[in-house]
Amino acid sequence: MAQGWRGKEAIEMATTTGVSKEEFKNAKLYKSVHGIDMEEFYTSGHRTCQGCESALVMRDFVKASGPRTVVTGATGCMYVANTSYMTTPWVVPWMHTQLGGGGASAVGMAAGLRALMRKGKIPDEKINVINFSGDLGGGDMGLGGISGALQTDYDMLIIIYDNESAANTDIQATNMTPWGAQTTFTPTGSKKRIMHDKWKKNVAPMLAIGHPNCKYVATACATFPPMDYMNKVKKALSIGGPTLIHTMDPCPKGWDYHPRYSGDLGQLAIKTGIFPLYEIIKGEVNYTYDARKTKRVPVREYLEKQGRFSHFIEDDFEFVQSRVDEMWNDWEIPGVAPIKGWLSVRR
Amino acid sequence: MTTELVDRKIYEREELATGTDAVAHAVRLADVDVFSAYPIRPYTGVMDRLAKFIADGKFDSEYIIADGEHSQFEIAKHASSVGARAFAGSSGTGWLYATEALAATATDRLPLVALVGNRALDDPGAFGVEHNDAMLVRDLGWLIVWASTAQEALDTTLIAYRVAEDPSVMMPCAVAIDGGYLTHSQHIVKIPTKEAVQKFLPPYNLGTRRMHPDNPVSIAPQINEDWGMEIRRQNWEAARRARGVIYRAYKEYNEVFHSSYANPFFEEFMMEDAEIALIGMGTVTSAAKAAVKLLREKGVKVGYVKLRWFRPFPAEELRESLSEVRAVGVIDRDFAHGGPDDGGVLFNDVRAALYHSSNRPQIVDFIGGLAGREISIEDVARMVRITANHKGEGELVTWIRVREGNGAGMERKGGD
Repeated sequence: MAQGWRGKEAIEMATTTGVSKEEFKNAKLYKSVHGIDMEEFYTSGHRTCQGCESALVMRDFVKASGPRTVVTGATGCMYVANTSYMTTPWVVPWMHTQLGGGGASAVGMAAGLRALMRKGKIPDEKINVINFSGDLGGGDMGLGGISGALQTDYDMLIIIYDNESAANTDIQATNMTPWGAQTTFTPTGSKKRIMHDKWKKNVAPMLAIGHPNCKYVATACATFPPMDYMNKVKKALSIGGPTLIHTMDPCPKGWDYHPRYSGDLGQLAIKTGIFPLYEIIKGEVNYTYDARKTKRVPVREYLEKQGRFSHFIEDDFEFVQSRVDEMWNDWEIPGVAPIKGWLSVRR
Repeated sequence: MTTELVDRKIYEREELATGTDAVAHAVRLADVDVFSAYPIRPYTGVMDRLAKFIADGKFDSEYIIADGEHSQFEIAKHASSVGARAFAGSSGTGWLYATEALAATATDRLPLVALVGNRALDDPGAFGVEHNDAMLVRDLGWLIVWASTAQEALDTTLIAYRVAEDPSVMMPCAVAIDGGYLTHSQHIVKIPTKEAVQKFLPPYNLGTRRMHPDNPVSIAPQINEDWGMEIRRQNWEAARRARGVIYRAYKEYNEVFHSSYANPFFEEFMMEDAEIALIGMGTVTSAAKAAVKLLREKGVKVGYVKLRWFRPFPAEELRESLSEVRAVGVIDRDFAHGGPDDGGVLFNDVRAALYHSSNRPQIVDFIGGLAGREISIEDVARMVRITANHKGEGELVTWIRVREGNGAGMERKGGD
């Protein structure tokens, strides 16, 4: 499987990638894994699958955010598998919100806390407000609500944890499911080999470009590069205003692979360039793993390890590779803005 | 009364105010911490007015313009979950767009107060009043109350917070006012002082369910068959307890504001010795009272019951009130197609309540005033005649002021 898990190159990318130190001087970024807090705020009590990387997304964001945090979780696998009555894994306050309610739930909490502090009804302090929504909840149904949230000036973080399917309801396609993937809504058949013929919706850049109040948008993977995701959470929470992180979460059940390979698949998603890793800080794009500068691993190595692509023929691998190449070679801002890719100015 | 029209310790002034203006004053006086807005006629005036209060520095609250009613009510719900007093509102199809959030607000037992400016549901579009929008949440754990004057809308909004936030209730409350007829008509309204309101309305306290780092709780995890029954049961009991809290709240309101609400659930008009009674909700009251007065002058023993609280439904009190009448006519500004005997929503609730009456009166239904159509004094007089002549046989439902047939090319009929 993939190389470079503890690669020096990767660690350097995660910690130094051209971010001015001034910008995040209060963020208390992790400089090495030894500096990561031992205390857990997402503990036992959940019943997520073995190898569930979305569970790691939960554990890590709240570890980075710390105990002075309130969390809402939209309906999805991270609601249903995480929080069974009386066995909650959450050490910080947590509340369910509706599938499309993620953005609004964060606004409600942030507004309520601000009003209560201003009026002296509760002590004035910094309380981190975080919502997590899945790709179905955040990327499809709740997109309008997240857009509304990013237009406010409240301090809050919305995490779209993306395991590329509706993983709670037995793996149905969402608009963030990758091209060609088999799901229960998009099975392969004798007449149609490829039922899911849409390219993955590019949600994080869409939200970054359209919302001038939003100072920080990032993509991340919980396992690669090390500390990158947790530091992005810290950056998002320290910069102020509404922020967004989109995580890429390998899902053994939905993607059909052995649970032990979750870390490797996340790493491959980034090294093949199929999932671009970047942060957009006050409108400036900063690649936290720059697939332009490294030799990209062929996407085939990523795809063929997953059962959901087991029906692919040579043409399919080539098609996906060509779209990924186009994204990195032709887009005006690779992975973010497809100008000169499939969107261009008519001449 | 002396030369002072109002007691200045209790009321700061009188103002010519619409129904939505009156509610806006109540929200300001209740020191609401967060309100969220999204435009739809005819409730929107309340948000326009609140926004102006904010702009003029007369109201300290977080004010969020949402991206849709679903978000609007999710915002209010989650503001309420951190212990902030919240307000929202909507009308017609906008209220329905928020339905998922409305249901969860109730099952989360968060005491949000919302204004419903009643409006007909799409399609086809219509601005006028119909009660089906607010009634949509009648079974979901919302308290629902109708006001029929601007003063009553102000009073009721303050009472709604008092009842909803009572520790033994903790249920959201919808204050419904008829679109157009009350949202947009002006009345003289006495505006209470902040001090008086504070005397009546204690601060919102969510207690151990408050979302705050000092109170680390998990709210609304998955229950499935293990706990669903018990949680529904607790909610059911809270709705039953709400009846007693409503009595107390009106008593306290009368004491603080020198108001004269008698039975909090409904107002009885000329019901002493009445043989025929009509019952309805909202602004149809004006026409109904006028008709009853005129008919009384002619010797018809008729009275009118103006129902305020629709949830909890005052079945016992209504049985008592209607125990001496021979026949009851229910005015439904709503529809319930295909329901029992094809009657409206209110009809079947009233009928169910009277089933256990030892002296069960005849009961008939009138569906009228839909999509904002007027219900005139003559219309009400006609209802009284039909109710009085009902012999317990035949059609129970009469549509009032409707073109018969498919309506094509037919003149609009007023009365019979």
